[in-house]
Amino acid sequence: MHLPRERGPLSSAVLTALSGDGPLDAVALVERVTALSDETDVLVDDDFHLTLWTMYELHYRGFDGVDDDWEWDPELLRLRHAMEERLLAEYRFATSEWVHASMEATGDVPTRLFALTEMVPGAPLSSYMQREASREEFVEYMQHKSIYHLKESDPQSFVLARLSGRPKVALAELQYDEYGAGRPEQLHQALFAKGLDVCGLSSEYGAYIDLAPGSTLAVTNVMNLFVLRRSLAAAAMGHLGAFEATSSEPCRKVAGGCRRLGLPDLVASYFDEHIEADAVHEQLAFRDICGGMVAERPELLGDVFFGAAAYLFSEALAGGAMLDAWREGRSSLRSGTGDPGTASFETAVAS
Amino acid sequence: MTAGGRRSVVVTPCGDGGPILVRGADVIEDADGTAHVVTRPVVALCTCEKSQRLPWCDGTHKAVERGRRRREGAA
Ligand code: FES
Ligand SMILES: [Fe+2]
Ligand SMILES: [Fe+2]
Repeated sequence: MHLPRERGPLSSAVLTALSGDGPLDAVALVERVTALSDETDVLVDDDFHLTLWTMYELHYRGFDGVDDDWEWDPELLRLRHAMEERLLAEYRFATSEWVHASMEATGDVPTRLFALTEMVPGAPLSSYMQREASREEFVEYMQHKSIYHLKESDPQSFVLARLSGRPKVALAELQYDEYGAGRPEQLHQALFAKGLDVCGLSSEYGAYIDLAPGSTLAVTNVMNLFVLRRSLAAAAMGHLGAFEATSSEPCRKVAGGCRRLGLPDLVASYFDEHIEADAVHEQLAFRDICGGMVAERPELLGDVFFGAAAYLFSEALAGGAMLDAWREGRSSLRSGTGDPGTASFETAVAS
Repeated sequence: MTAGGRRSVVVTPCGDGGPILVRGADVIEDADGTAHVVTRPVVALCTCEKSQRLPWCDGTHKAVERGRRRREGAA
């Protein structure tokens, strides 16, 4: 994919270095991160999240014209570490109340995790998609979702090698289903790509990166922070579980929205598949994976709750930002004039 | 799946009014005798009977449980 456009001093410095247009002064950048003022909302800041997102992408498919070995560049990793520590601190603070309540709660691990998914207030995004969203808003929704769903489940594959026993087997079962259970046409990433295609959108990996606001990028950044750090594997699995456990019902609503808007069946198919699949995945993730990890190492309980709460909080921020924009009559995407993503959207509307 | 050739079917109830997980089955036959082909490594069978995608669980049991807790709380 193409390198994204810069959004401020951090992303500008990193993108310049990746393009080979200048050296990376990690020491200065780390200082900049440490000195970020309290007014900078690190949870959703555009420049902060694009920078992290770009660094994480080096672990997946990389960028056209960028040396793949930037992935393990020590200076870049030094900057990433400073940014991750800052983001982690913000997330620990923001979720502490729910994590604490879950630690105090009684019941087995899955019961407390399911309860946690009802404790964190979410944004009523799926209800809006079901009943109110316009066609244009639905198309925007697909563009936001493309940031994660075109690499759906890939992040969690990093964790497989770090698990053992029952949790490992359950994650492999879950991932096998996500990866199509032996049928390439059922690969969830491919199902989503088809949905984008029939909406007249681009299913090219990363096509909408420049349009995605910080709040949307933060959802995958938090996920990547967890899956790539072995010390946070339990948080990564709590995060996965919360994702799966808040999917079936919302997907039913979004599929209803597709039908209300008369969108092609292939769009609804993606959401239909997830009503059923995620009703299985939530059980695998909370019972076998999270429950199994904590049974083996009880000290992981807090991490599992933290990961789950962090996911729910990140989605609430992202969904809330979309709903706020639509209620104010604006686009929920960043303006990307002249951007390939916008162009294909316009063609789609015209055709 | 097993060294003996035929794989075994493993059934795991989730409890809390939730589904039963089934591994290793090819077909699930419902009460009417209709056969539902299994396409996933693990399937979740609805036990609350409120799923809109029977015989599969679609997560509706959680709303059913929420309603039950609300009524119990109110009573
Ligand atoms: S058991 Fe899940 S919907 Fe019935
Ligand atoms: Fe999926
Ligand atoms: Fe899933």
